Amino acid sequence: MSLETKGGMRMKAFAATAVVSFLLYLLLTAGSGDVGLVIGLWSVEEIAAGAVIALIVGVATRKMFCSSGDMRMANPVRWFTFLVYLIYPFFFSMAKANLDVAYRVITGKIRPGIVKIESGLEKDLAVLTLANSITLTPGTLTVDVDEETNDLYVHWINVALGEEEKEYADASKVCGSFPKWARRIAE
Amino acid sequence: MSILGLSPLMFLFYLFLLVAIVFNGLGMIGLLRFPDVYTRLHAATKCTTFGSIFLALAVIGYGLINWVRSDFADTTALTFMVHTFLALAALLLTNPTGAHALARASHRAGVEPVMAVVDRLKEVKK
Repeated sequence: MSLETKGGMRMKAFAATAVVSFLLYLLLTAGSGDVGLVIGLWSVEEIAAGAVIALIVGVATRKMFCSSGDMRMANPVRWFTFLVYLIYPFFFSMAKANLDVAYRVITGKIRPGIVKIESGLEKDLAVLTLANSITLTPGTLTVDVDEETNDLYVHWINVALGEEEKEYADASKVCGSFPKWARRIAE
Repeated sequence: MSILGLSPLMFLFYLFLLVAIVFNGLGMIGLLRFPDVYTRLHAATKCTTFGSIFLALAVIGYGLINWVRSDFADTTALTFMVHTFLALAALLLTNPTGAHALARASHRAGVEPVMAVVDRLKEVKK
């Protein structure tokens, strides 16, 4: 990579980090100003303090925040996909997961085991999304991840009959369409 | 129009609180009834996260109607709403991550899943 694009990349990472931290600061201080002024919800002092803090945070954490260096999450389509994902497949299966756990809490019917599934994902953020989604949905809990192949080890509270014999359990039985969504959102 | 002496919106928020209490309670019972650390984590993460989502929804909704009814002058209600929303986002991110860390640490420390029919992780451990 040439020096110039490296510098440009650094600027971009800094700008993205600063903007996100400034927005978060604004959210946390909403309602600090006199309502009816031009600025409305925020007082001038809070906006100034937020800007200064955002600059410092941007300098200090840009390497962590943009660790992959390709700025793919700056694409609003990904965030929109994420919102859609949160509402339809995710919240829906979370509700199902809770009824399922409630059923097992009451009846005590369990058939636990740790299975391995192939995630087929490459980026850390995508694996994180998938692992957290798995933990919050029907009867499954991510225990460990193979950092080379990104295979996930999943504790399954009610292993489907026959799945314990396969080396890789059927991902669609463990987590439905989640790998597909994780790829769309963060890969 | 009122249901049990409450406006429909307030009734909805009370309903959310009820759902939240039921699921948080189930999580607690699961914590006591399940046999080992992994199955207990199932109860502790799923039920409490789901319950807390409804708890947060009730608070956000209550803040929102108070803010709108005060002609957007009640900034306390706004703060209430926004902060609860941020807390909810943080919870959704940290709760499964924490459970994952606990499960991984237990497995590394040699705690085996009780009644397990299969344990693929044990096979690869050096």
